[in-house]
Amino acid sequence: MPQYSDKVMDHFTNPRNIGEITDPDGVGEVGNPVCGDMMKFTIKVKDGRIEDVKYLTFGCGAAISVSSMVSEMAKGKTLEEALKITNKQVAEELGGLPGNKMHCSNLGADALHKAIEDYMEKNKIKAESGS
Amino acid sequence: MKTINLDYAAAAPVEPAVLEYMLPYFKEYYGNPSSGHSLGERPRKALEEAREKVGILLEAEPKNIIFTSSASESNNLAIKGLAASAKNKGNHIISSTIEHFSILNQLKTLQKNGYEVTLIPVDRHGFLSLDKLAEAIKDETILISIQTANPEIGTIQPVEKIAAIAREKGITFHTDATAAAGWIPLSVEKMGVDLLTLAGDQFYGPKGTGALFIRRGVRLTPLIEGGIQERGLRAGTENVALIAGMGEAARIASENIEQNSKVVAAQRDKLKESLLANVPHLHLNGHPEQRVPRNLNLSVEFVEGEALLMRLNMVGIHVSSGSSCTSQALKSSHVLSAIGVPPELAQGSLLFTLGKENIADDIPYITEQLGQVAGLLRNMSPLYHQYLKEAEKNAPVQ
Repeated sequence: MPQYSDKVMDHFTNPRNIGEITDPDGVGEVGNPVCGDMMKFTIKVKDGRIEDVKYLTFGCGAAISVSSMVSEMAKGKTLEEALKITNKQVAEELGGLPGNKMHCSNLGADALHKAIEDYMEKNKIKAESGS
Repeated sequence: MKTINLDYAAAAPVEPAVLEYMLPYFKEYYGNPSSGHSLGERPRKALEEAREKVGILLEAEPKNIIFTSSASESNNLAIKGLAASAKNKGNHIISSTIEHFSILNQLKTLQKNGYEVTLIPVDRHGFLSLDKLAEAIKDETILISIQTANPEIGTIQPVEKIAAIAREKGITFHTDATAAAGWIPLSVEKMGVDLLTLAGDQFYGPKGTGALFIRRGVRLTPLIEGGIQERGLRAGTENVALIAGMGEAARIASENIEQNSKVVAAQRDKLKESLLANVPHLHLNGHPEQRVPRNLNLSVEFVEGEALLMRLNMVGIHVSSGSSCTSQALKSSHVLSAIGVPPELAQGSLLFTLGKENIADDIPYITEQLGQVAGLLRNMSPLYHQYLKEAEKNAPVQ
């Protein structure tokens, strides 16, 4: 078992915002079970801000903590601000992650970005078809 | 909080009687066994007594036992030592896909140095294909190395049959018996092996102890050169106290092997039954019966092993996992992959290795906790949510 920071352990023990929004505005999924980590983010957007964010994660302690931290960091941010969240920032907020976990389990920001991109794409399509 | 160790293969306490036995060799009898004066006498005697005791465990002549620092070193001495000394006879080595990394990694090194390696596949229970083994033999084959039992899924190989195939062709046969020694009866004569590896910490001896049985006439090139310790096959002053402890642990294991195995297997089976009956979506890995008594390997569907391990650790239950996140190489268990366990199930595997301590009263707690932990992690698993949606979709209309 790797050495995790207290913050990683806190998020692993008490993960925030678990779940799946039933009628999401955007969905983002990264990873696959073969690699050992899979994250699915769903977001609700209101007035250009992330009003709600939930996630489901199949993965190790780091992956669960990362998902939880990303969900906290993203909530209430504008889409532009949320798109600027990087995996490096997430790791820093968690008080660091073991070196070998940086690439495989630290995919939370990627999953969030995918959900935002999904929202943007859907709305663009809607806007175009509506015109 | 109570601590329940279900990871004895990783670490077990040294038997109290073994510790007592070792202590004088750190203090009163600290002499060098190679010394010509009287300070070396007792340590020298301790080494020979340990050799006799390990010999009894294996039904082997004591003079054919060499002490090493670990099973990994014994495996290296057996394989690299044989490969070097038999180079003029051939360059082909046969092993299996589910061997320990102390075998597989050195075979990769030997391949880089001009040796040819064939790894025989195993079936879904972990049994080696004897036909494929026989087919793989060439004129250049100098060594067959197949484990006695697998440390992860516990499967016990038909070693006698493998040895017979090797003997018929005049090929040296090595077996890594680390997971088996002390838990199932072993006889180098009945098994027909030429080289056999074991480690003391697997049967309540100290860590940092290993031994290699070398049949008379088998020539090995030493890995560590220097003095003439251990018949010149392993130079360096012997770690007398630890070797004495390993010997004593071997003596105790030999005398109690039948009883210990019976008791531990009964507890393992109760644990298995309780878990399978009460925690949904568990899958047994390896053969239901043909496995070392203390081994149980289960996959917990829809969740990942390290997260399970961490959650169980929080409630005092210590297990191991074959998930990639618990491996330094970040690859999931090569053994589970070789027996055809799907990757997502291999990621959620839990390895339980029991000790001879009584855990009967703890089984309800272990079952309850695994059920809770699995439920909690499944609640946040996209795979489980996907399963639930599909189950709902496919449910018959009322």
